[in-house]
Amino acid sequence: MENMVRVFLFGKQYEVPSNLTIMKAMEYAGYQLIRGCGCRNGFCGACATIYRIKGDRELKACLACQTQVQDNMYVATLPFFPLIKQVYDVEKIRPEQAVMMQLYPEIYSCIGCNACTKSCTQSLNVMQYIAYAQRGDFEKCAEESFDCVMCGVCSSRCPAGISHPQVAMLARRLNGKYIAPKSQHLEDRVKEIQNGDFNELIEKLMNKPIAELQELYNNRDIEK
Amino acid sequence: MYTNEMLESMKKVEANREANAALEPRRMTAEEKDALLRAYHPDYKEGEEFVHLLVGPNKGDKVPKELGALLQGKSRVNPAEIDLSSPDYDVDVLIIGGGGAGASAAIEADNAGAKVMVVTKLRMGDANTMMAEGGIQAADKPNDSPAIHYLDAFGGGHFAAKPELLRTLVTEAPEAIQWLNNLGVEFDKAPDGTMITTHGGGTSRKRMHAAKDYSGAEIMRTLRDEVLNRGIPVVDFTAAIEILKDEKGCAAGAVLLNMETKEILIARAKTVVIATGGAGRLHYQGFPTSNHYGATADGLVLAYRAGAKLLYADTLQYHPTGAAFPEQIFGALVTEKVRSLGAKLINADGECFMHPLETRDVSAASIIRECSDRGKGVKTGDGYGVWLDTPMIEMKGGEGTIEKRIPAMLRMFAKYDIDIRKQPILVYPTLHYQNGGIDITADCESGVENLFVAGEAVGGIHGRNRLMGNSLLDVVVFGRNAGRNAALRSKDVTVGALSLEHVNTFEKACEEAGIHSDVVSPKLLPDYRRK
Repeated sequence: MENMVRVFLFGKQYEVPSNLTIMKAMEYAGYQLIRGCGCRNGFCGACATIYRIKGDRELKACLACQTQVQDNMYVATLPFFPLIKQVYDVEKIRPEQAVMMQLYPEIYSCIGCNACTKSCTQSLNVMQYIAYAQRGDFEKCAEESFDCVMCGVCSSRCPAGISHPQVAMLARRLNGKYIAPKSQHLEDRVKEIQNGDFNELIEKLMNKPIAELQELYNNRDIEK
Repeated sequence: MYTNEMLESMKKVEANREANAALEPRRMTAEEKDALLRAYHPDYKEGEEFVHLLVGPNKGDKVPKELGALLQGKSRVNPAEIDLSSPDYDVDVLIIGGGGAGASAAIEADNAGAKVMVVTKLRMGDANTMMAEGGIQAADKPNDSPAIHYLDAFGGGHFAAKPELLRTLVTEAPEAIQWLNNLGVEFDKAPDGTMITTHGGGTSRKRMHAAKDYSGAEIMRTLRDEVLNRGIPVVDFTAAIEILKDEKGCAAGAVLLNMETKEILIARAKTVVIATGGAGRLHYQGFPTSNHYGATADGLVLAYRAGAKLLYADTLQYHPTGAAFPEQIFGALVTEKVRSLGAKLINADGECFMHPLETRDVSAASIIRECSDRGKGVKTGDGYGVWLDTPMIEMKGGEGTIEKRIPAMLRMFAKYDIDIRKQPILVYPTLHYQNGGIDITADCESGVENLFVAGEAVGGIHGRNRLMGNSLLDVVVFGRNAGRNAALRSKDVTVGALSLEHVNTFEKACEEAGIHSDVVSPKLLPDYRRK
């Protein structure tokens, strides 16, 4: 006999095996999920979920696919949250502090409550990365926010109405495109290919009989 | 978290760690690999796991039985009941699928001046691209070349790739990386800008570019952001359930289904791009999967019914290292990068039983052998697994390597109180990738005129096995090409009268072949409700 726990899905009580994740518990209870279910592996942020253990004051947030059920867990999923996503032309913006002021001015209304950090399903220091964004330190903002899955729980808890994941997205693109060092070997190789430098080599390979290719493959030199 | 039996076995892993870490295991010979695959790889099984198709362009070919049932299943629509006279959408290029290939196609079609629309049955980014962890290949280092990349991939795929497709993949790889980087995708780089690259299974040069172990997520979220910045319409929670053709037999749009309201909508288009991804959620041969929720081979079903030929639909990739324990993450991907960084595969007796970076099919077969005939697997509750000795990574790369290079893995196991810096993890193969798919030309066009395909839905780019890091690469390279070519073609297309006659024809062929199926396809989503 499986060990069962009581969970309350949107307030309604179900008995489910204690070893299930919240997502699998919903399915066990009979839900055919459409919303609130994406990669099922903790990368896509579709299954943001808010829960409270009966009697606890504290509300907790998690990804339903990454969190095991507990007895007396009250669960509400957050399959969509209206984040503000500002549009911009990545070719025209520059990695300057002013860009945040123009696109996401609400970050300067942060009151420092830290509710974002406390609610982050990835345990990121969200308030800190917003502070970096305020200062125009996009490199640090990108680094601190890197593991964000854009589930939106932080924004749902923010009294200042900040769309943290979108702020971080902008910072990462600025960092990736403008701030991180350029890769000379990559630029060189792209030019060589455009020059057709490798065409002959590849065509030669393409025209070889399979037996010869097998020989080449089986005896190729492998970098240590 | 680990059981006592596991902890007993782990003691042997720990006792041998130093010796195993220093070991450079021999790579298997071609003959050994062949014999191993034949005996243990799921693709090579004879018998009831596969069926031979009775109708359609691949009549007589072998496919997994679950795919066969869908390919020869019943349409979700009755053509007689569908009004095609006033389409709800009318665009130049209709892109079906919102993953890496669909997003790349959308951006390039937009660049080419076409009116583009993306439909996706979940949200944009709910896709295998988002979940790709380890990295993306490109031969951009001085000791490497596209030709070496070609040989690695061609050999790793058992010399079955279509040469012209593989050529495109490897020669356009560096430019794909540059394109992504210019869009703002972050890559792991040294302070001087040199890309930090590692090996993957079967690579002969270190050409795996990464963004920690969120490589796919970083690429996908950036592509999605770019699609949104351009104002390209994305119709989410809307599945394509049949391709539309015109009276000339060219693809001309799709019948769409709102996943929530069940409303049927008609999209007319001059060209169509199928970028619907893979099939892990069909759980071939009972395997768990590392794939996203919507990976149900829909594109293959749509294209097949419309008359497009498939290639290598019988070959799947079982990623050697799916999580085998704890059960909550059973089948979840443990990136190959864990092995690239120095972790080795160790059996229940603490023996390093293979080179950690053989190709994926060989590695998976080797783990299956260890857990079956050799009896050297560790019991997990869901079956057996072998150890992946993650603490070796920090012995080799120094303290902090795991947090810096594979934070997602650290996090995934930490949720179950397993610290992968201190303790090894248990792994077993998981259904990961659809090697086969829709047969295309070098221009990404299927056998149906004006029907283009990109990404995992394509067959033939990788042959019968794919190397790590060549899939993130293929969604970008072929996604871009498909988008560009579909946009270019759309300039010369005048769509005729819309038709679903091919659906009737296919159904009739099924009847004549004696198929009486109540399987409705495309599947759209798996059903995990308690039965």
